[in-house]
Amino acid sequence: MAIEQHIPTTFLFGRLTWEAFPIHEPILVATFAGVVLGGLALLGAITYFRLWGFLWKEWFTSVDHKKIGIMYIVLGIVMLLRGFADAVMMRLQQALAFNGSEGYLPAHHYDQVFTAHGVIMIFFVAMPLVTGFMNFVMPLQIGARDVAFPFLNNFSFWMTVGGAVITMVSLFVGEYAQTGWLAYPPLSGIANSPYVGVDYYIWGLQVAGVGTTLSGINLIVTIIKMRCPGMTMMRMPIFTWTALCSNILIVAAFPVFTALLVLLALDRYVGTNFFTADNGGNPMMYVNLVWIWGHPEVYILILPAFGIFSEVTSTFSGKRLFGYSSMVYATVCITVLSYIVWLHHFFTMGSGASVNSFFGITTMIISIPTGAKLFNWLFTMFRGRIRYEPPMMWTVAFMLTFTIGGMTGVLLAVPPADFVLHNSLFLIAHFHNVIIGGVVFGLFAGIQFWFPKAFGFKLEPFWGKVSFWCWLTGYWLAFTPLYVLGLMGVTRRMRVFDDPSLQIWFLIAAIGAGVIACGIAAFLIQIGVSILRRDQLRDTTGDPWDGRTLEWATSSPPPAYNFAFTPVVREIDAWWDMKSAGYVRPTSGFIPIHMPKNTPAGMILAGLAVVCGLALVWYIWWLAALSFLGLIGYAIWHTFNYNRDYHIPATQVTATEDARGQLLAGRA
Amino acid sequence: MKLRRSLLCTLPVMALLGGCDMVVLNPSGYVAAQQRDVLVTSTLLMLLIIIPVMGLTAFFAWRYKASRKARYDPDWHHSTSLELIIWAAPLMIIICLGGLTWVSTHMLDPFRPLEHIGERRPVPADAKPLEVDVVALDWKWLFIYPEYGIATVNDAAAPVDRPIHFKITSQSVMNAFYVPALAGMLYAMPGMESQVHAVMNYPGEYDGFSSNYSGAGFSHMRFKFHGLEPRDFVAWIGAARASGRTLDRAEYLALAEPSENVPPSSYAAVEPDLFDRVVGRCVEQGRMCAGEMAWLDGQGGTGLAGTVNLLPAPDQASAPFGATPFHVAELCAPLPDTETRRDSLALLTPLTPAPSGASDQTF
Repeated sequence: MAIEQHIPTTFLFGRLTWEAFPIHEPILVATFAGVVLGGLALLGAITYFRLWGFLWKEWFTSVDHKKIGIMYIVLGIVMLLRGFADAVMMRLQQALAFNGSEGYLPAHHYDQVFTAHGVIMIFFVAMPLVTGFMNFVMPLQIGARDVAFPFLNNFSFWMTVGGAVITMVSLFVGEYAQTGWLAYPPLSGIANSPYVGVDYYIWGLQVAGVGTTLSGINLIVTIIKMRCPGMTMMRMPIFTWTALCSNILIVAAFPVFTALLVLLALDRYVGTNFFTADNGGNPMMYVNLVWIWGHPEVYILILPAFGIFSEVTSTFSGKRLFGYSSMVYATVCITVLSYIVWLHHFFTMGSGASVNSFFGITTMIISIPTGAKLFNWLFTMFRGRIRYEPPMMWTVAFMLTFTIGGMTGVLLAVPPADFVLHNSLFLIAHFHNVIIGGVVFGLFAGIQFWFPKAFGFKLEPFWGKVSFWCWLTGYWLAFTPLYVLGLMGVTRRMRVFDDPSLQIWFLIAAIGAGVIACGIAAFLIQIGVSILRRDQLRDTTGDPWDGRTLEWATSSPPPAYNFAFTPVVREIDAWWDMKSAGYVRPTSGFIPIHMPKNTPAGMILAGLAVVCGLALVWYIWWLAALSFLGLIGYAIWHTFNYNRDYHIPATQVTATEDARGQLLAGRA
Repeated sequence: MKLRRSLLCTLPVMALLGGCDMVVLNPSGYVAAQQRDVLVTSTLLMLLIIIPVMGLTAFFAWRYKASRKARYDPDWHHSTSLELIIWAAPLMIIICLGGLTWVSTHMLDPFRPLEHIGERRPVPADAKPLEVDVVALDWKWLFIYPEYGIATVNDAAAPVDRPIHFKITSQSVMNAFYVPALAGMLYAMPGMESQVHAVMNYPGEYDGFSSNYSGAGFSHMRFKFHGLEPRDFVAWIGAARASGRTLDRAEYLALAEPSENVPPSSYAAVEPDLFDRVVGRCVEQGRMCAGEMAWLDGQGGTGLAGTVNLLPAPDQASAPFGATPFHVAELCAPLPDTETRRDSLALLTPLTPAPSGASDQTF
């Protein structure tokens, strides 16, 4: 698509014209047809099975932290398919574009693909999955009935969906940014990227960012204020600790990103010169600010994954976590240190040797608490009784894979080594090594671990193991060649290659991507098979893994109110302690439970935000103004809605608990 | 048996690795060779702890599998001495690595002039570094050799064993200048001048490219860097001189227009202050250089005059709101509208603050 410098705009449609629809690009047309057919089939099925009312009442408008958590995870998995499709396209292009071949993707398309891959994988796969786990698990672990601000939670979720919608629309209307996932100016400025791509980037991430920041505040308050009696900070489960640190990072880092995107938007919309090359602008400031957000961001993702591994290791080793306090201090150290390392992302920008050394050394220091964590997991396994169920398999694979990724990370923190490896495929291999080997493995461990809690039946282990082995071998097949290519001096984001000797490595990497695709397929099959066989896989106890923390004390799935009586905690690993002390479940004396009421406000507000974002992308000013006013007006109007809570009557609580009692008795 | 089989499996991988040219691990310039040494030393240092950790992980994962019925101690969760070790061991490694980092980062600072051109080979006292001014354009590289008054596009050379002083900038967006066989990369940024000191020790033809994505033509932003014997270098300069073309400001602006897959070419002569003008962003006729702007600002600025002392930049895409794109005009350049010009100069005089100590200011 040829993009003119000056696109004519009309009042009614801004710069949206028929040319914005990529009807001449067969790949996109086919994708669009697929999405439309799939979408119609899904909508048809929902209508046929009369699920609209159910979805609306029980899910979309729900303020229940468990349902919102599950919806976040569904969003993450759906977006994983899109992000992974981008990865496959890149691998194919790089495997083909040799010996004078231009491959099958022109620059305009390829450059969007790698930008979208990065943005989607971080913001719309990893973030929703991590936030989903924190939402689902953390309140259960601290013995709470919901999060501190239930409506805000629903609103945050829909804003995240809104950001994903804006980003996905760019696939079929206009274009996405061709700047790389961090949109460095001046390339992302109006002079070099005049069309809508970067604007999609800005508004998609601004809308999602509101959700992320608010959810961060919400979860911090929940952890600080809503722990059950006896659960002091030093008795909190490690996953809750990592959730706390991760959300502190979110609240401290995301506003920087939001402000940064505002400045970039001002450059692009009103001609300011914050990050332009001329008139006093300074692109280096953008690079600094984006990494002051961006480095904590990777710890936002990895800390909860560390928390999941801690829970899994001690549960499946049948043993209390080794070195609980040092685990907590290590997590807090990482949280603080993650703020003073950002410059290691651009040693090659030419800061002085002392500045580079400082940031190199602070980065290395982070590896000390991280190393301590690894030792703690190691000594939790020591003298344990390790059961190799899928969550534990992911954990051991993580320990081996992540160690390598950590080592290459520290290597890249040595400035002279970074000067020869920065921006190379070695770097790409490194961060996929820690993000796939750390975050993704952790999230899969978490899905396998907590699925029975969420749905009341275990995941079928055979397909889980197939998925695991495909991911593990696929990961190493796909990324070891990139380490090699990096040492051969091959840089990232290349579309075509001269040197034919490189091709074999790209072919191996492409095969690796294919194996990972099998892993994703096996995972989806696993979910399908488990649903079909749910009666055999049923968990009636609420505690299928012989768990240690409070979420296993209630039924699977937990009732809306989580715990009929708020638990009282005496020890670390509260549920393990209760079990060994011969805890008896209360069966009478239930009282009404005060709960928040569902509301469609979150969806409506996020919908208006999406309209506003799209209107700003396309310069449809009247619609942007109208939807923004609507957004503010509706938010104010919603504050006058006092009908926000209700009581679950004691009779209903008694009925629910009696039913559970019968299930437990039936098993015994 | 198992071990032998797994060794056999790695054979094809070894063959592949042997066949490929790992330029980062086997460079031809002394700076890149030292950077490689730091890379290798750091890796070995870290392996001291990585290998035991991975070994222990695999061993514990095997040893304490439930079916193996090894010793089970569900309540053992603390050991002060063990915790001291698990914090101290990585700390020791990081202290060594930190020392290595501090020293090597300073010794290999790209802005630092070379002291050696090889192992135990100090730079000769009379050696003058070869200055090469590098400009990243959309999407090709311009090399200016001020000592010889020539310039080349997508083609660079230097005599072996002579220190090279690269000055690097960019015309429009960020790039990174990288010849892996020669020395580490550095960003090329508009309005900024970064520097790399390097030396090439072996004659040959090496790959150079941009290692920071810069837009549609990025993949083809490649050039050959020739390490030449001194007499071959003289011949290479001579060939450039024979092209007969001159790179003046107008020619530069034409060259700076986006283009892809540009074949190597050369210029016999270069306008002397061209590179400084590129860094100062004042190649276009009538634009004020950034240095002059900074100096004026240091004097207190031009006040209201600065708001009219502007040139339109009509070929630049503009934001939907706000001012149309503009450049700051040179003070002595004719403006399109002479009326405005006179007003602006009239405004300039009274608004300049009294220079109290302003003469001391430098920039």
